[in-house]
Amino acid sequence: MQSEARSAIVARSLTKRFGPRPAFEDVSFEVGAGEVFGFLGPNGAGKTTTVRVLSTLIAPTAGTAEVAGVPVSKRTGAELRRRISVMTENPGLYLRLSVHENLEYFAGLYGLGPVGARRRIAEALEAVDMADRARDLGGSLSKGLRQRVGLARALLNEPRVLFLDEPTSGLDPVSTMEVRELIAGLRARGVTVFLTTHRLEEAERLCDRVAILNTSLRSIGRPDELRRQLFASSIEVRVAQPLADPDHVFSRVEGVRSWNLNDGRYLLQVSDPTIVAPALARALVQAGADILRLAEVQHSLEDVYLELIGDEPLGGEE
Amino acid sequence: MNPRVLAVMRKEFREYRRNKFVIFTMAILPVIFLAIPVITVLALPANVPEAARKVAVGQSLLMFFLIPMILPTTVAAYAVIGEREQGTLEPVLTTPILDRELLLGKALAATVPAVALGWVMFAIFAVVVRLFAAQGVIDRVFRVEVFVADITLGPVFAVFAIWVALAISVRSTDVRVAQQLAGLTILPVIGLSALLSFGVIAPTLTAYLALAALVAAVDVLGWRIATRMFDRERLLTRYSRSD
Repeated sequence: MQSEARSAIVARSLTKRFGPRPAFEDVSFEVGAGEVFGFLGPNGAGKTTTVRVLSTLIAPTAGTAEVAGVPVSKRTGAELRRRISVMTENPGLYLRLSVHENLEYFAGLYGLGPVGARRRIAEALEAVDMADRARDLGGSLSKGLRQRVGLARALLNEPRVLFLDEPTSGLDPVSTMEVRELIAGLRARGVTVFLTTHRLEEAERLCDRVAILNTSLRSIGRPDELRRQLFASSIEVRVAQPLADPDHVFSRVEGVRSWNLNDGRYLLQVSDPTIVAPALARALVQAGADILRLAEVQHSLEDVYLELIGDEPLGGEE
Repeated sequence: MNPRVLAVMRKEFREYRRNKFVIFTMAILPVIFLAIPVITVLALPANVPEAARKVAVGQSLLMFFLIPMILPTTVAAYAVIGEREQGTLEPVLTTPILDRELLLGKALAATVPAVALGWVMFAIFAVVVRLFAAQGVIDRVFRVEVFVADITLGPVFAVFAIWVALAISVRSTDVRVAQQLAGLTILPVIGLSALLSFGVIAPTLTAYLALAALVAAVDVLGWRIATRMFDRERLLTRYSRSD
């Protein structure tokens, strides 16, 4: 866990209810400065509401939070929003305005003067590879291009914390890849990124840590930590011919806790795959086995997610 | 001027320019509202009784109060609920802009062209009256209090109508309902304008200036009330802050 002094986002027992229905409850976490933090959950889990609360668009029902060093409150809202950016799921472009005019409007809202605005707009358009589309009307752009303009808009004020709400939603694979490259670029520049997504492979690829939410926070940590917490380490073994006495072979290897045979594959629960695997290979060779495959079983973030969320009903309001 | 208010105004002007409906409304309505009083006063014979002349000129002047009131209410009623419906409101609210700045920018953007058009139409009317109307009509129109009334009351009535429309817009759930309601709620102000135009309220310079000052104070109050009614949470989630 990051030290609180270096945290870009701190949430303490944050709760938001709409009437009697909770959008999310008792959510606590910290995001370190420069970290890419994934916020995962099914639709209706409270991800977007969390972003709205942290960006002072709506007030929490209970709990406290601090973003970019500013407490989340109505009184400090403008100062906090000066230090952050939010890319909403719907890019919300003005369709009758050109890309440049859309960005110019937001540069004005961030209080940038004409010279500063021109420079930042040029940089932001360059960053999303849209410099040659600056004069196109918002209404003439594809969804992917609108999403990119939305991202350019979020870069205008050089935010300390950038909230990205489902940034690749509805994008084709090429646009998705480009957005992901951009996020990786932001990480390199030290921007803290708070990414809500239900694309697990995206979170796994981009995020330093992830939190899994379904109204309440189910788990938080690095993807590999979560895997370790939820799943025992295991090694899969395939050999050319079934072992004559597998129990005898496996029980001699230190660190093997149990094993089972499934569809011609031996699946061994082990303490530490990096220590057990070489000893296991030697034992199999000594037993005369021809090894076809010996590998640690990898659990994806999707496995973690499904283990935590599974068939749970959806949360409250999104 | 505050750069964020200026940014909102500039954006609104750009959107007006590219919206055929707004251009059509801004171009056609003032011409109609100018044509009616011009025809009315030019058709008056020189020997018409004074009472009839007073009514005809009063009807004509009413039109110039109506122009800045009617023109902007449709766009003001659309201003917030329309942005919410097209998904552009939330990104704006994530910037440092304050509620009062956003509303002021939208109100000014609606007011400026409407008031300018109202004044231009009145200037054209005055020139036409001077050149072509009977002397009795010229004497009734070319009075200090008539010009002061048009210059001062037109804008403050317009701003009042705009705040009412914006207040409806921030609380409405449907653009069409907001626009219809905004049209209805300016009726009392139109009634007041009519009382002035027909001389039911003593049309003295002092009365006009006092009324303009009073309506201007109400306008400032309207800004505050509309800002207080602007509930980000309600606009984004349909639940109000107090729920």
